[in-house]
Amino acid sequence: MSNLETFRSETRDWLEENCPPLMRKPSSGEDDICWGGRNFVFQSEDQKLWLERMGTRGWTVPTWPTEYGGGGLSKEEAKILAAEMRRIKARTPLISFGIWMLGPALLKFGTHEQKLEHLPKIARGEIRWCQGYSEPNAGSDLAALATKAEDKGDHYILNGQKVWTSYADKADWIFCLVRTDFEVSKHNGISFVLFDMASEGVSVKPILLISGNSPFCETFFDNVRADKANLIGEENKGWTIAKYLLTHERTGISDMGLPAPLNALATEKRGTVDGEIADKMLRHQIAEHEIDAAAFVFTLERAKDEAKAGGELGAFSSMLKGYGTELNKARHELILKVNGSDAFEWEGQFSNEGAIARQWLRTKGNSIEGGTTEVQLNIIAKRILDLPT
Amino acid sequence: MALILNEEQQLLKESADGFFAEKAPISQLRHLRDSKNEVGYDQSLWKDMAEMGFAGILVSEDHGGADFGLVGAGIVAEAMGKNLSASPYHASSIVGASIIAAGGNEQQKASLLPAITAGETVATLAVDETGQHDPEGSVLAAEASDGGYKLSGMKTFVQEGGAADQFIVLARTSGNAGDRDGLSLLLVERRAGGLIVDSTAMADSRGWARLTFEGVQVAADALLGEEGKAMDVLEPVLDKARIILAAELLGMAQECLDRSVAYLKERKQFGVLIGSFQGLQHRAAELYGEIEVTRSAILKALQVADMGGDFRWFASLAKAKACKTAELATNEAIQMHGGIGMTDEFDIGFFIKRARTVQALYGDFNYHADRFARCAGY
Repeated sequence: MSNLETFRSETRDWLEENCPPLMRKPSSGEDDICWGGRNFVFQSEDQKLWLERMGTRGWTVPTWPTEYGGGGLSKEEAKILAAEMRRIKARTPLISFGIWMLGPALLKFGTHEQKLEHLPKIARGEIRWCQGYSEPNAGSDLAALATKAEDKGDHYILNGQKVWTSYADKADWIFCLVRTDFEVSKHNGISFVLFDMASEGVSVKPILLISGNSPFCETFFDNVRADKANLIGEENKGWTIAKYLLTHERTGISDMGLPAPLNALATEKRGTVDGEIADKMLRHQIAEHEIDAAAFVFTLERAKDEAKAGGELGAFSSMLKGYGTELNKARHELILKVNGSDAFEWEGQFSNEGAIARQWLRTKGNSIEGGTTEVQLNIIAKRILDLPT
Repeated sequence: MALILNEEQQLLKESADGFFAEKAPISQLRHLRDSKNEVGYDQSLWKDMAEMGFAGILVSEDHGGADFGLVGAGIVAEAMGKNLSASPYHASSIVGASIIAAGGNEQQKASLLPAITAGETVATLAVDETGQHDPEGSVLAAEASDGGYKLSGMKTFVQEGGAADQFIVLARTSGNAGDRDGLSLLLVERRAGGLIVDSTAMADSRGWARLTFEGVQVAADALLGEEGKAMDVLEPVLDKARIILAAELLGMAQECLDRSVAYLKERKQFGVLIGSFQGLQHRAAELYGEIEVTRSAILKALQVADMGGDFRWFASLAKAKACKTAELATNEAIQMHGGIGMTDEFDIGFFIKRARTVQALYGDFNYHADRFARCAGY
């Protein structure tokens, strides 16, 4: 037996023994996601057990080094683990911004001590992170951020405000972009710091959206202390880390879920004539949309295969982000058309508390968050087409 | 299978790109047009293409071909699209050869496939009778006569009809317009009595023809495949042909973007390069995205078709998406070139003319969007 085959059979045995029964049932939605953190309320004993077992083994972050709490697996082994988990329909034990965004940045830019301090806690789901990037006057022009960090020797004192901070009300720590130099050009005075959200002077206010409740918050810093031990990379060199992290975020957003085609919904809701959706105009619009959607799905497949073959995704991720989010907006407009006036019900059981309308309105943010469509087009023009500035 | 080109295909791409850029650039098409060339392509180019193995790219090795598969055939078509290279490649090497390979008996294959591969015989399909692609709507009649068939009716929009030696004619041997059954494929030689070939000058300056059949008599052995069952042979061949047309359209769209971006980097107005204007940058960047997404759909369709099985949905997806993107790219190219894009002296206008005819060939966007939906069960 080859090493990989041995690994597969051992993994299969371990999962069989350690994945609790409830964690092999399909998740029924967002409430079933395990985010971890100091204040996380587990939905079940099985969910807690599953996180503990996987976290101890480092399999919440299979490819991270073992000394930092990871599984130390090779890419091939990680693939096998994922396949074996799929085989028994095991749920993902932990989802977090720490795994998805901060972790890769720390692995690349952090010191050994910083990695030792923070990565194992991410892996075990002990600390939940949020991202302090956007500010009221620094959205698309993120580098214009103005949250001030004053040098006090071994620490900084922070004053300012962040906005669109996802889950700031639930997170334990924040990775945050702050301005350490106001004299130099805007990209050269930014630093990347980490601090505890329980620190004195931090306050958080959730944001109500056009779609209703949201994970987004406004986050205020009033003389908050951040230790220099948690400055990642050099002072004033934070923009490099910020950009690296944004690439991860973008790829993640374009990769989120491949929804089922709309035709099944339309044939069920609107009926058929001779096997075709009864409303001819709607059928035409759905076909046009599904052509673009199918072509986009194959583009994600191609991007993955190119990356596997050693190609760099680079600015191609901007195209995926822009195209994918615009497509998703168009899709939800079509879902409204399929459902007719029923789609606008806002509360009540009939509409599952206005799920269709709220999801539709929420998609409007897809082409704004993580860099607007226009910013993605700017990146394509500059970095792929090499057009002059 | 990974959705990328393998090493062999990558090498073919490099050699095809280089070959057509050198041997058949747009200036050749311009010359064919200006000299009112009746053949519709440069015959020495076609000879060179045969030597490169392109003319027999889908033909099996038994019959002297390269048997490179559809992905390879698409790579060559894309390179031809970039350069607007005129040749009977699509008509004869893709459509003609595939029909004969799929429907022909051993004798028909042995006599025609090596000749197509060598570039000596050009075989082309005559399918449409009106301005709309509708194979099942064919009414050209083939009546039993003298142990063979007598053909009466007309065909239009026949690729390379100006130069073809053999016409593969979709004819009705029974049933009525709209019936899938009752259609048959018949081989008709160009010099057959009663066949009138009218070369039609189209916007793309290529070798199209309209055919009139005034009681054309053919022998029983002119039949390709089973009588009345033509669509079983023809539909998969048309689908392959459609994906290859999509690849040609992709080549045109990519070249339109490349030329436009190059122009944006050299043209100055208001004292600056116009490529620095965001209005134009976003047009170009959006077009880039559409082209990349189209590229994926086409490569997927080519790979699936090579694997066999039912690939109708993939073929209609590829052709529909390519039609839409090529329409966008050719329109945007003229807009981004400004006034000079409207002049005949500048080459960019050749792309929109060729693209629209290729879009119409074997089903336009609407035809394939409708078929895409039907294949998916709605």
